[in-house]
Amino acid sequence: MSPENYLILSAILFSIGIFGVMVRRNALVAFMSIELMLNASNLALVTFSNMHAGNSGFVLDGQIFAFFVMVVAAAEVVVGLAIIVSIFRTRRSASVDDASLLKF
Amino acid sequence: MMLPMVTAGEVAFWVLAPVMILGAIGMVLLRKPVHSALCLAAVMICLAVQYFSLNAPFLGVAQIIVYTGAVLMLFLFVMMLIGVDATDSVVETIRGQRVAATLAAVGFVILVVLAAGQVMIGNKLPLSSPELPVQLSTFQAQDTIGQIAYFVFVRYVFVFELTSALLIVAAVGAMVLAHRERFVEKISQRSLAEQRMRRYAETGEHPGALPAPGVYARHNAIDAPALLPDGSIAETSISPTLAARGSVADVHQIAAAADRVRAAIDGGDPIITNHPGAAALESGPAGTAGELDRGTGTPDATEPGPADQRKDEQ
Amino acid sequence: MDLSHTIMFSYAWLLIAIPLAGATILLLLGSAAKKWGHWLGTAVALASFVYGACLFAEMFLAPAEQRATDVPVYTLIDVGTWHVTFGLLIDQLSVLFILLITGVGSLIHIYSIGYMAHDERRSRFFGYLNLFIAAMLLLVTADSYLLMFFGWEGVGLASYLLISFWQERPAAAAAGKKAFVMNRIGDLGVILAMSLLFTTVGSVQYSEVFAAANRIPVATATLIGFFLLLGACGKSAQVPLQAWLLDAMEGPTPVSALIHAATMVTAGVYVITRSGAIFDHAPAAATGVVIVGTVTMLAGAWIGTSKDDIKKALAGSTMSQIGYMMMAAGIGGPAYAYAIFHLLTHGFFKANMFLGAGSVMHGMDDDVNMRRMGGLAKFMRITTVTFAMGYLAIIGFPLFSGFFSKDHIIVAAFGYNPVIGICAMIGALITAYYMTRMMLLTFYGKRRWVEPQEANPNRLPVRHPHESPLTMTIPLIVLALFSIGAGLLMNHWIGQWLHPVTDPAHPHEVTFGEGLIEAFTNPLAWITLVLVAIGIGLGWLVFGRNRDIPLEAPRPNLAEQIGRNDLYGDAINNAAVVHPFLAGTEGVAKADEGIIDGVAVGSAGVIGGLSTQLKRAQTGYVRSYAVTMTAGVIVVGLVLILGQLA
Repeated sequence: MSPENYLILSAILFSIGIFGVMVRRNALVAFMSIELMLNASNLALVTFSNMHAGNSGFVLDGQIFAFFVMVVAAAEVVVGLAIIVSIFRTRRSASVDDASLLKF
Repeated sequence: MMLPMVTAGEVAFWVLAPVMILGAIGMVLLRKPVHSALCLAAVMICLAVQYFSLNAPFLGVAQIIVYTGAVLMLFLFVMMLIGVDATDSVVETIRGQRVAATLAAVGFVILVVLAAGQVMIGNKLPLSSPELPVQLSTFQAQDTIGQIAYFVFVRYVFVFELTSALLIVAAVGAMVLAHRERFVEKISQRSLAEQRMRRYAETGEHPGALPAPGVYARHNAIDAPALLPDGSIAETSISPTLAARGSVADVHQIAAAADRVRAAIDGGDPIITNHPGAAALESGPAGTAGELDRGTGTPDATEPGPADQRKDEQ
Repeated sequence: MDLSHTIMFSYAWLLIAIPLAGATILLLLGSAAKKWGHWLGTAVALASFVYGACLFAEMFLAPAEQRATDVPVYTLIDVGTWHVTFGLLIDQLSVLFILLITGVGSLIHIYSIGYMAHDERRSRFFGYLNLFIAAMLLLVTADSYLLMFFGWEGVGLASYLLISFWQERPAAAAAGKKAFVMNRIGDLGVILAMSLLFTTVGSVQYSEVFAAANRIPVATATLIGFFLLLGACGKSAQVPLQAWLLDAMEGPTPVSALIHAATMVTAGVYVITRSGAIFDHAPAAATGVVIVGTVTMLAGAWIGTSKDDIKKALAGSTMSQIGYMMMAAGIGGPAYAYAIFHLLTHGFFKANMFLGAGSVMHGMDDDVNMRRMGGLAKFMRITTVTFAMGYLAIIGFPLFSGFFSKDHIIVAAFGYNPVIGICAMIGALITAYYMTRMMLLTFYGKRRWVEPQEANPNRLPVRHPHESPLTMTIPLIVLALFSIGAGLLMNHWIGQWLHPVTDPAHPHEVTFGEGLIEAFTNPLAWITLVLVAIGIGLGWLVFGRNRDIPLEAPRPNLAEQIGRNDLYGDAINNAAVVHPFLAGTEGVAKADEGIIDGVAVGSAGVIGGLSTQLKRAQTGYVRSYAVTMTAGVIVVGLVLILGQLA
């Protein structure tokens, strides 16, 4: 099974995630898109790990990297959602377009 | 002609890849955030299966536990907090944003696919495994968990410790961010009781519980008002909401039905006939109900008069 | 072996510290010292004078070779082989200056008590005067050019503050500024001279410089000499930096007497005399000094003849007399002593006359125009008599102080060069003429004013002239006595006294022989006397004999016209320096505005314009930024891929 297919899948998922970030105004959905992007990159990492392991199955650096990405993503989710909640509390809105005060 | 040999991994890929893409597209396009979250959950579970087929069982399990289990649940919690039934508007407010976003996404797909293809075709990366240190020989070659333990706790132990610090900071940060300062004193039982007694002293409002709704032989729902000892209706025994809706049961009908039965048994006259409290209760809610029901437009409620008559005829 | 071990000399810094402390107290306390400030100021000046007199007495009694004393005070820099120490050099030359400065200074302090009695800021005035005394003492007692320069700047500061003491008058403020700026040009000369000395000799200590003077290359020594001359010109109001002195008369009259007649303006002469070793080694520079002195002497006299303002006429006379001193200092040799001799006598009689003029102004409601005076002798007897003593001294009347000091210079000038000698004699004639004019216009002739109670058909100025109070007349009397006797007192003595300073190479060869007898036996002295008599006669003919003096100056002839305009000093300065400089400045300012500012403003404008356009991209919408970032990633990735393919 060629790793190419996995990589292309990963690319497509990642691009859909990018598209979601660019199109959706709901902060939660935008955040989910980011998670999707992280997952897509994880898929690529695991694919690479598998590709390099060959038959021996000894090289797991890619998997470990993906593992760390997961940990960081978990931390990010915690903080990000807390920010979304606190913004929602003050502005009564979860739209990323409403928080557009930082401009000229 | 032989069929090409198909492995379980390939089957899994070709079955799951379209599901994942559709799920991802659905996540982006569905208007309700809850639906988006469910789509994402689907994508993530599929991804976990892909991990299994890529010889990464640990990651597959972690994916299900961490992402689908923890992260997405967190998303759903937040969604509950900020309104689960909200539907996003589909009108784009930034001019040209959709076109630009589509172009950028498509451009990015092309770019990454090109890059991946070049990696594969050019074969520029070294595919041979680098030398591994001796310690690994103590683990079994097929023991993935053992290998991961080696990587996490030996080779990348410093990074691992750093992530633990990161997680702690994130937890504390989330608490700080989500913490809300209390600006007013918390209301205690004692203060509530005192408030109630003060109101009684000032306005004469009854400090105790309100009277329960009426309980009749043939009707004990909460829409039936209780009767006071003098036979009049206790208005406070009915929820104001029900009174506003006009769906207060008519005590006379209930009484009339009982009277009829009693009359049938005894052959006597009904005890309760017209008394002033019943008339007040009838006319008051009826006027309000007419106003309220104009919005909903149900023909029954618009004219409460005939409905009552119909009931009377029964 | 010197006197530095004696108690008086080892505490010589007190001489400067006392007036400096007075100045500090008075200036810090401000109006709090209003009641007693003038007494404190006068007391510290007198204390300083007493201290100076004691030093003089001790030195006078000591053997000649022990008199010059270098008192170490403070080590400023002590790095490796480089030692800069501050010390006070109290020798025969500086002790005379100490006496002059503190003595005349004390008299003028006393005088100022009366003169400034009605001024709101009298204590501040005394603070400035004390500051001046301290700085001037530092100037003359310093043992290095560097420390001397501190005093030099200090007197410049005090002069500036005192000239523009009545700062509410625009003319006084401008005059102070002018004096300061023109002195700065001279200061530059002193700084350059010090720098040259430091590079060639490696020190600015007098002792080291003069010991090494003979080894300095002549060209360098000449350059140093000319730089010192530039400094002297600035401080002593010599041509071409003379223009500030006449304007400096805007200051109070005691200031004019102390700073702009007796002491500070002679600092240039002091420096040139002190640096005699350098000038002896650089004849060209010495000749320059002589020429500058001669030109200034004549120019000052010319101005003196045509001014109607009594103080400005005296200022012209001061320039002229300092020209004499410079001339003598340039001639060198024994003439150094003549320069100092004339400096001292001039300090007495010119201070006397300035204070007399102040007394006249005091009685005439601060009017300075001599054309509106006349006949004051009857009203102000003491002033008239003392002024007359000064008059006789300055014109060189026999046996008065100016007679000795000036005749020495004229004789020395003839010995140096006949042309210079003749110029010096002509100067004496003109001096006699303008001083006679001043006497006659002010104190004699018809009264050109009326007393308040008289009828006044011609609208003459109404005045009530009166004699000044005792605080003012006593200094006048003392100074008048010195004007009479100082020459006679010092004539035979000063040459020998100063000889170790003026001719250190031959400490035991006394060449100074010109004494009382020679002054009468030398034919040049007789010729000078005749010329002086002619000058007096001319003055009498023009202004005497009870002639009618017009209240407004008549249309002047060419010479008068030039003299009244200060020989067009300001015009020349403007044309030669100010206008080109202003034009250059304007050009530079234009270049600054056009080119430098243009570049700066232009680039700022370009950036600003770009920013105005670019800030529209700054919408605040995170999603727009996401699009931009993605586009950037795509561009970078494409570039990388194309680079791989290429």
